[in-house]
This record gives sequence, C-alpha cells and structure tokens, in this order.
Amino acid sequence: MIFFQLFIQLIIPLSLVGVCFLIGKGIELHHFKKLTQREQQLSGIIVTNLKTIPLEYANAQPILVMGSAVIATDYFKVFAAGLRTLFGGEMKSYVTLMERARREAMVRLLEQAAGQGASAVWNIRYETSTTHGQHRKKPGGVEVQAYGTALR
Amino acid sequence: MIVVNTETIPGHRILQIKGLVQGNTVRAKHVGRDIAASLKNLVGGELTGYTELMVESRRESLARMLAQAQQLGANAVVNVRFATSSITAGAAELYCYGTAVVVEAIDLGAGENG
Repeated sequence: MIFFQLFIQLIIPLSLVGVCFLIGKGIELHHFKKLTQREQQLSGIIVTNLKTIPLEYANAQPILVMGSAVIATDYFKVFAAGLRTLFGGEMKSYVTLMERARREAMVRLLEQAAGQGASAVWNIRYETSTTHGQHRKKPGGVEVQAYGTALR
Repeated sequence: MIVVNTETIPGHRILQIKGLVQGNTVRAKHVGRDIAASLKNLVGGELTGYTELMVESRRESLARMLAQAQQLGANAVVNVRFATSSITAGAAELYCYGTAVVVEAIDLGAGENG
C-alpha cells in the first residue's frame, strides 16, 4: 500500500518530468535551428530601434509591421523553475523560453517586412505579456510582440 | 492612412495635430483552444491558438484606433505604441494608441534647398 502511494505521488510526476524534458528539449532545439535558418535568410534587412529616419529614406513608403508569438512553458521548465525559487539563481529554462518567443516575434516581423519589399525596419519595440493572467497553474505561455516601421 | 511608430514620416510634413487616438479590446478563445493549450503545456512549443488570439485582438484594437483617427479627419497616425495586459486566464487585453495628424507630402527639391 505504501509503495502504491509512493508510486502515485512520486514516480508518476517524476517520470512525467523526465518525458516532458526530453520532448520539450527536442522541440526547443528544433525551434532554435529553424530560427537560425530564417534569421540568416532575412539578414539583408537593416534593423534598428532608432526613432528618426535618415534623409536617404525620404522617398520611402512607411508601413507598420508587427510579429508576435506565444510560446508555452513545459512541465519540466515549470518544475526546474520551482526548484530554482528554493535556491535562487538564474532560471535558465525560462531564459531560453523568452529568447525563443522574442526571436520568433522578430523573425515574423522581418518576414512581414520582406513580404512588403522593405529594405529597413526602423524604431523596433518589444512588448511582453503572459496569456494565463495571474493564475500560475492555468495553461499559458509568454507572448512577445515586436513592431516597427518598415521602409520600402 | 499612413500608420507608423516613428515620430515623423519620411517625405511628409506634419501640418496639424488632431490629438491622441486609442483603441482597445479584450478577447478570449473558445474552450477547445484552452484545452489544447493545456495539453501543449506539458511539452512546450508554440501555442498557435493564442498567437492567433493576440494577432486578431491587435488588428481589432488597431482598427478601432484608425476609425477614431478617421473620425477626427486625420490622414496619418504617428508614434503608435502597443500595450498588453493580462486580465484573466485565456484572455488578453490589447491596447494601442498614437497621435492622429494631418500630413502633407513635401516636395523633395524644396526640402534640399531649405
């Protein structure tokens, strides 16, 4: 009976953490690989967060472009972050999560700009939020939006 | 209508400032999306349902802002900013604001002289 309780309370969650770690890591590595490829394709566009547009773009047609992505946490990330709150230090699992969301949003913005035939994107801003509100147990992820002025 | 998030528009001169315009919306997805998202939360990855939700709401708030600008008789909105806040699980509040202005294209030859 004790073994059964131990099984329910400990082994199932731990094996779930293990499985989710493997799948989550796989998805993350694949995502990073894809991001690097897409970033290289779009590297021809000038990207800056300067406010003033120089005179050489005086003839350019400005368009507001934006890209956003919602990336979910996984079971392992939540578990690892929970441990981190006990000992303190950098939450590496969440750092990569934010990086993925931010880069994905940026790539989408650049893809939109490239689709419009733009050669530069000025005044880029990032905006971050979560989709689960204050309920930390509810499903959700981080949302990052990037927006800027594309010049054609 | 020209919409930019810079303070000036290249090749244009601001003639008149009509004032601050804004648009906001709070939207949610149906419960099926929420269930799918909670399953996705086990292994991670992109929550496409929620990305869609954010994109839709952002377009909605932008459209409301532009409608307001049109009502004021502006032909451009400059310095557009987006803000996001989370009210409850599965819902998002999107807010965007900018300055409605009346602009005029500058004659480029004149711009070089002056």
